[in-house]
Amino acid sequence: MNKLYIFLKYFFIVVWTVFVVAPFLWALTTSFKDFQSVNGGVTYIPWVDFEPNLEGWKVLIKSPAKGGVDIIEPYFNSLFVTCTASLISIILGTLSAYALSRYTFKAGFVKNNDITFFFISQRIMPPIVLSIPFFLFLSSISLLDSLTGLIVVYIVLLMPIAVWIMVDFFNKVPREIDETALIDGCNPYQAFLKVVLPNSIPGLIVAGMFCIIFGWIDFFFAFILTFTEVQLLPVKIVALNSSVTPWWSLSASALVSVAPLIIVAFIVERYLSKGNLSGAIK
Amino acid sequence: MNFKHKYFFLFPGLFVLIGILIFPIIFVVRLSLSGWNSYNPGLDYIGLENYIRLFTDDPRFWESFFRLSFLSVTTVILQYVIGFALAHMVWKDIKFKRFFRVLFLVPMMTTPVIMTVIWRTFFHESLGPVNDLLSVFGVAPKWLTDPVIAKFTVIIVEVWQWTPFMFLLLLAGLLSLPKEPFLAAAIDGASPVRKFIYVTFPLMAPISIGAIIIRLIEASKIMDTVYVLTSGGPGTSTETSSFYIFIKGLREFQMGYAASMSFTYLIIMIISLTIIAKVLTKVLLKE
Repeated sequence: MNKLYIFLKYFFIVVWTVFVVAPFLWALTTSFKDFQSVNGGVTYIPWVDFEPNLEGWKVLIKSPAKGGVDIIEPYFNSLFVTCTASLISIILGTLSAYALSRYTFKAGFVKNNDITFFFISQRIMPPIVLSIPFFLFLSSISLLDSLTGLIVVYIVLLMPIAVWIMVDFFNKVPREIDETALIDGCNPYQAFLKVVLPNSIPGLIVAGMFCIIFGWIDFFFAFILTFTEVQLLPVKIVALNSSVTPWWSLSASALVSVAPLIIVAFIVERYLSKGNLSGAIK
Repeated sequence: MNFKHKYFFLFPGLFVLIGILIFPIIFVVRLSLSGWNSYNPGLDYIGLENYIRLFTDDPRFWESFFRLSFLSVTTVILQYVIGFALAHMVWKDIKFKRFFRVLFLVPMMTTPVIMTVIWRTFFHESLGPVNDLLSVFGVAPKWLTDPVIAKFTVIIVEVWQWTPFMFLLLLAGLLSLPKEPFLAAAIDGASPVRKFIYVTFPLMAPISIGAIIIRLIEASKIMDTVYVLTSGGPGTSTETSSFYIFIKGLREFQMGYAASMSFTYLIIMIISLTIIAKVLTKVLLKE
């Protein structure tokens, strides 16, 4: 019984591992292929099945004038938009979450929970509902096709995540520590900055990681709200997927786009095994 | 505590969010009452005409909605079962625990559209590895061009992409469980299966509900994958609500009609998610 269970367990883990890794391996081998080895039938192992070359990778850093795709600028655009929007969302979201966790609000029938729900409910909003008005709204203040416009939109996507994680986190930080700070003569802002925030770093990191993930992986808004002036990485890569698809550079660029978030996976796992994430998600 | 300060903490975030959103939301409602299209751009007023058309004369919208329900419910159930199994397996000590945890998280860190482009080549009917390996058995499913199989391709890709999120939420939940009930079960000599049914699963019920609801919310937005993988095709067999609204609004520029669909869709989503949350709470928490 026990042996069967252990066997099944490892069997399942191995199967899932293969499933998770398969598309990455496929992308990795494909990135070293050329036109011939892609279209001449399915090949797997470099040097045995096909002759590897670096064309798929080289083309990524060439300028468009020389027939390259130049993903460097979209790459930094993506990094900039994601990080800026995440940072603003974390700052504003943390302040609001602190207020919602520590003070009571009442305006008519609206109470703390309703305000928290208002923040989180923005995630329910399907992007498509907002896309049309955002399109017209940004074009009316001429922020369409600009980094600023995208950051504004991403704040709406990311702030709910920050509030959701931080409210739960602050609820777990004992109230006594800010009360002690207040008695010791801090004003509420000092208490927040000097006492509460340093005790909330794990929560801030988890919230930050989630914001970065959900900012980095967005395609829809970048696709609808930008055209030529500003291009984000996902849009650029998907645009490669045209009539004659260059599988090799597509695969190479996909791998490049995944790379920075692998670090995020390690950070999330680290805080997960320390048990800090458990408070953040419930 | 002091009363004035609390507003300084709350308001920046709240007002930024409201400030960005108030215009779009009011605008969607107003737009849905207009006949804005590419021939006639502008906010005229045509009353409820769009809504009447939607409810009486547009089976495609409702088909796409039921398709979306099917896809999102199926993927979330699969993600929950697989995610729970995986989380349970790497919860206690196994070899290379941290390696597997990180590995199982990686797919959710990848951009769905970009991975979908890879999946497209992966499932390519003549040049992809899947059909090449399956040709040993003499079968060659049309992953992207068969109306039925294309739905399952979308499900496979979605499960690959988002099971890690379920896994993360459930593993975080498992790690936060109290130790005492498990000690008690161990003293009683409960078998692993009984321990799971009577201890682990009930303790995990509240976290499960939260995770399922969060995933349903996110799954109902499925759009990127469909756009790149099948473009809603073949025909309309993988078209979801978001994608249909996208076609009407930003491809055919029937802005007014698309807005009325968006608004209707939003209301349906809020109502059905509330009902699902209530039902799940009843079933899982009170037997």
